Parts: sequence; C-alpha cells; structure tokens
Amino acid sequence: MVGPGRTRCCGPPGAAPAMNCRAEVLEVSVEGRQVEEAMLAVLHTVLLHRSTGKFHYKKEGTYSIGTVGTQDVDCDFIDFAYVRVSSEELDRALRKAVGEFKDALRGSGSDGMGQISLEFYQKKKSRWPFSDECIPWELWTIKVNVVNLANEQERQICREKVGEKLCEKIINIVEVMNRHEYLPKMPTQSEVDNVFDTSLKDVQPYLYKISYQITDSLGTSVTTTMRRLIKDTLAL
Amino acid sequence: MDTDLSSQDRKDLDKFIKFFALKTVQVIVQARLGEKICTRSSSSPTGSDWFNLAIKDIPEVTHEAKKALAGQLPAVGRSMCVEISLKTSEGDSMELEIWCLEMNEKCDKEIKVSYTVYNRLSLLLKSLLAITRVTPAYRLSRKQGHEYVILYRIYFGEVQLSGLGEGFQTVRVGTVGTPVGTITLSCAYRINLAFMSTRQFERTPPIMGIIIDHFVDRPYPSSSPMHPCNYRAGEDNGAVYPSVEDSQEVCTTSFSTSPPSQCVFTVTKAHFQTPPPVVTDTLKVPVMGLAFSHQLSSSRLSYQPAALGVGSADMGYPVLFAGGLHAAHPHQLIGPGKEGGVPPIPSQPAHGTQADQERMCTPLDGVHYSAATPSSSEDTETVSNSSEGKCGSPHDLLETIFVRKVGAFVNKPINQVTMANLDIPFAMFAPKNVELEDNDPMVNPPDSPETESPLQGSLHSEGSSGSSTGNTHDDFVMIDFKPAFSKDDILPMDLGTFYREFQNPPQLSSLSIDIGAQSMAEDLDSLPEKLAVHEKNVKEFDAFVETLQ
Repeated sequence: MVGPGRTRCCGPPGAAPAMNCRAEVLEVSVEGRQVEEAMLAVLHTVLLHRSTGKFHYKKEGTYSIGTVGTQDVDCDFIDFAYVRVSSEELDRALRKAVGEFKDALRGSGSDGMGQISLEFYQKKKSRWPFSDECIPWELWTIKVNVVNLANEQERQICREKVGEKLCEKIINIVEVMNRHEYLPKMPTQSEVDNVFDTSLKDVQPYLYKISYQITDSLGTSVTTTMRRLIKDTLAL
Repeated sequence: MDTDLSSQDRKDLDKFIKFFALKTVQVIVQARLGEKICTRSSSSPTGSDWFNLAIKDIPEVTHEAKKALAGQLPAVGRSMCVEISLKTSEGDSMELEIWCLEMNEKCDKEIKVSYTVYNRLSLLLKSLLAITRVTPAYRLSRKQGHEYVILYRIYFGEVQLSGLGEGFQTVRVGTVGTPVGTITLSCAYRINLAFMSTRQFERTPPIMGIIIDHFVDRPYPSSSPMHPCNYRAGEDNGAVYPSVEDSQEVCTTSFSTSPPSQCVFTVTKAHFQTPPPVVTDTLKVPVMGLAFSHQLSSSRLSYQPAALGVGSADMGYPVLFAGGLHAAHPHQLIGPGKEGGVPPIPSQPAHGTQADQERMCTPLDGVHYSAATPSSSEDTETVSNSSEGKCGSPHDLLETIFVRKVGAFVNKPINQVTMANLDIPFAMFAPKNVELEDNDPMVNPPDSPETESPLQGSLHSEGSSGSSTGNTHDDFVMIDFKPAFSKDDILPMDLGTFYREFQNPPQLSSLSIDIGAQSMAEDLDSLPEKLAVHEKNVKEFDAFVETLQ
C-alpha cells in the first residue's frame, strides 16, 4: 500500500476540481493484464498533446522551443498501437504510476474497479507562510473495470474489442484537445516552473499529477493515494 | 486593433500553412509505411523542425506533395487530399482512406498568427500522429508485404470520396482558425472491406482437398509496375529531387512572453541535407498472394489474407518464395510477413511458426473470420496457445479443419492423425461417439477407483456419485452437468463431460501388480524405438519450442 505522498499544494485528495477546470472522464473495461497498456496508451496520448519542447529563454523576454520526438508503441495484450512522446523519463514516470495502480487493483479489497486521474495544474505563489496553491485546469479521469475471462477464445475477442475501444478513446481525446479551450498563458522565465514541469531533460509537459482510487466491493472508495510525480513545493 | 493582416503576418501565415500541408503529408504517408516510427526529442531547437515536432522529411513524399500543390495553398474549394489505397499483388486495388486538409471561409481575425496559430498547428499535427494509428488502415499497413501494399496519392482540388464505398466513416482530426480562414483536417475511411470479385475465388483450388504438406514451391509472376502517382520503389532512392533545395526554409522561431508586438519570428533560408529515405526496405514489390476477403464490423478490421508463401520480409526485391504456406488453401493466414521468412522444408510436419496459419481454414461464404495474423509482438503469445481455441470460434468450421499440426506430445506418426486426434491435449480421450450409459464411468465406475478428489465430491453433490458403488446406478439419475463457460467446441466434449471423464481415470498400468516387473522390462526395451520416433520429430519439437520463446 502506498502511503500518502508528500503533499502540500492542493487541497485534500479527491477534492473537486476548481470551477474553471475542465474534466473529462473515460471508461474502459479490460482484462487484468491489459490494464497497464490501456492506461499508458491513454495517458501518453494526453501527454503528447500537453507537452512541448524545452524552453530556452533568451534576452528581451523571448524564448525558443526545443523539438518533441515521437515514437510508436505496440501493445502486447491488446490489438492496438499508439504514439507517445520520445522521452524515457516521462515514460518511466507514467509506468511507475500505472504500475502502482495496477497493483492496487489486484490487491485485496478490490473488486477490479478503480480510476486513475491525470490532472494538469498551475502553481500560484502565495506569501509566506502560506504554501503555494495548485490550481487545476484540466482533469482526465479513466475509470477501469477489470474483467475476468474464462477461456482463450474470450481473451482473443477481448484483445480486439479493447483495441477498438481504445481507438474510440483516442478519438475522444483528440476531440477535446481540438476544442482549443483554456491553456495557461505562456510564462516568463521566472514563472515557467509554475506552469511547466521543467525537470525532464528532453521535453516539457505542463505540470501534472497522477492519482488513483480503488473501489472496494462495497462500492465505496477506500483507498485514495496521491502520488507525486513532479518536484514538490515543500511546506514550511 | 488592426484587423487586416500585416504583410509580415500574411507571409508567415502562408508559410505556416504550406509547411503544415507538407508535414501533414509526411505524417500520413509515414504512418502507412508499415513500420514503427521513432524520432528523437531534442532540447535545443535545430531549426529544421517545423512546429517543434521531429517529423522526418522523405524527399519523394515532399516532391509529390509539392507537385500536387503546384505552388498553391489549400483554400476554399481547393483542398489537399492524400488518398491511401491498397493494392494486391494481382493488381486489384481499393481506396482505404482520404485525408483532407481543407480551408473554409470562417476567419478568426483576432488570433495571433505567429504564436497561437503556430502552436495550434503543432497541436493539430500531434493529433494527426495519434489519429493515423487509430484508423483501420493502420493495422492493414503494418501487415503489408507480399500479398498487398499500401499506396498513396496526393491531389489538390475537390475531395473525391466516391471510391470509399458505402457507409464510410469520417473522423475529424482538428481545426485551427486563422485570420484567412479555418483549416480543417479530417479523414474519411472505408469500413466496408468486403472485398473484391469472385474471380479470385475461381482461381483457387477447392478447399476440401486435403494436403498435409504445407510447403509448396511455387514461383509467382511479379506484379505490375507501380502506378506513377504512388509510392515509388527503392530504385528511385538515388534520384535527387529538385524539391530538396526549396524545402530548406528553416524555421527558427522565437516566441515572446511579452505583448504580441514584440514577437520575433525569423525564417532563414539555409541548405540542409535530408537524410536518405529510410523507407526503401519497407517497400515490397508483391510477388505472390491470392485472394483475400474482408469483413469489417464498425471500425474493427478482421480479415483473412490468403497468401501462398512468405519470403524474407526485409528483402526489397522480388522474392520467389521457396517456402511458406499451404498453397492449395487460399484462406490460410500467412506466416507473418514481418516476422521473418520461413525456410522451405518440403514434406515435413508443420513448422512451428506456421501455427498461425492453421487458425482459420474458412469457407468462402463470408463467415466472419477471426483476427488476422498478429503482429510480431503478439506472436509468441498467440502462437503458443493450442490452436484449439482459435478453431473453435465458428462452430461449423469443424468440417473444414483438416490440416492439423500434430500435438507435441502425441505419440503417433503424422499420417495417422485423424479428425478425432486433433492437437489438443488428451485428444485420445475424446469420446468418439455418444456415450452409452453403461460406458459412462460416472455411472459404472471401474473396478478399482483411485483416490477421490475433493472435486468429485463437490461435482457430484447432486447425488449422482457413481464412484461409491457400481451397482446402484438404478437409483441415480443422470444429470446433465452444464458448468458455466462450457460450450460445444471442437469436439462434443464439454467441460462437464471432461470432468466426468476424469473423475475416475483408469488405473495406471504400471502400477497394477499383475504386470509389475514384466512391464518394466518391456518399457525399457521399447525406449529405443520411442526415442527413434521422437528423433524423427525433433524438428517439430524444435519449432514448437521456438514458438514458446
């Protein structure tokens, strides 16, 4: 069981997103061994759209942007392929989070239902002694239902069906991205860490955090875990 | 606020749209080459990466795109279209997708060209990268090779969707508003892949001819030359395209976080060499192949390419294949084109990698087929499964499954494989005819039943426990045990029957006292023979082991 992550920033875990935070919910039903790949496919697709190249600030307040590479990923347990940003660090971070989610789903007290959330936020500096605020501006939630299949035939069908479903999800994600709704303003050099995650060496995603919840068989959510994947702002 | 576009902005916008169109074509064509694309991220801008994305430029593709555009830009009524089609080795072709880059009149005067438009175009390209992997043609293109190739054609002007058949679907990749109009990128793709004509069926030998020998050498005529508008073969690699010079406008963008009036955007001309195209080895001149038919439900693709063989997938020249699939059977799945060739082994039992092809031997009446050859990453997972599961999916296929790989541990020479001895475990236990009640071990247990497993107790809690006594079968009612998930599969042995069969297995002969030491001696004597038999089959075992890896 993962303990509560280092906190600070936003309010209690699971707090409702702020008023102007758009929220999208996707639902998938997958087999146990497909959870990881399905989650990675969705999260990588979202982050592909929410990552830019590294900023290099120059004089006079101008900056140039690095280049984002992409690569194809084939899934082993699903008839599906997706594109992700070519960044091993980012991939590792996502795999770690998804791995924990998968383990939690498998663990006791779970009937195979849970959700993983990817939240993009901005930091707003506050005066001492108050800690910085985190203001989410986009929240993606993927609800997962793990099914158990009895024989190979059903698994084969599941491979294909989940592949099709993921294709639909990708189209949904792209539709949302295409609306060109609120995006944080491009920051000045001093503010860049409030908007972007600058810790990676090859790409620069917007500040994000991933959390998940597992629903137990009673239908209530018993485990809420916040997992920090970015540099935190420590409190006092 | 100045609503007219400044000349600098106008020039920049035109440049953006032009390079956006070129990059769009590159992304689409590269996504249909049949291989995985990988480009590196770079933290320092190199200057040649438009829209801050690492998208390679294939010179031939750029050349074609420029030729089609002929100096114009997409405008109202003049759209840039990339048509993706499929062409079999016999010359039949079919349009799969049309990608359209259109411009409409809806202008967004307020938008900042060199900043917002640029970033949104970049986002649109990322969306295009994602969507190109999601349409059905992607999976088709990953499996192109010897039976068919994927071709592209670029044209400029009116969008022509008639070649897509009925009921095609459209997916919108995205839109970007600009001061001169709104750019829209969308894809219309075919979903009705019920293929081709009956003439292909006429050419194929009848399905029911049983041919155990999978490997038939058959030379094939080379395909007709490629259509000039389509993707060129590798021999054009050496040509220097004139487009290389004028595509060298380097985009060096600097963005400013201050008010837009300070935005600096510089475009410099510089020469740069594009890397030689890396795609030549994926361009295969199809030399063989046969009919294949499709049935597609919604966006999912299930198809049965029928192929007559595979050569090495990586050879860029026509291959007279020397090994491969069952020639007489048109609907067997190909040994995967991408997974390497299959060595020709005439008159041998099925090579392990051919396990794929046994999955569906389907009749020609359009029965829904199961999925096609898995891509290489899925190979080990599916191949290692017993083919039992695959063959079971259409029930009425039982009659057509006649070429079977002998199960790895079946102790029989191949020519004795019969319908009942399919390569499933315990095949010899399959009941060959309807069980009489007298033969049912559940009702009349053998004389010396072995230990009762706890399973027995639970299964027979209905009271039909036959293992207690053999003479009281009159008092028991035979209950048809239908456990969950059981279905009439290949054999008329369902899970219930299976359980019943194995409630009371016959006693091991080596354990019965009568035979004793005598059987031991016999066993030892027969060992050399058994070893000889196994040695004969060693190739098959090796192949089997390989499929597990």
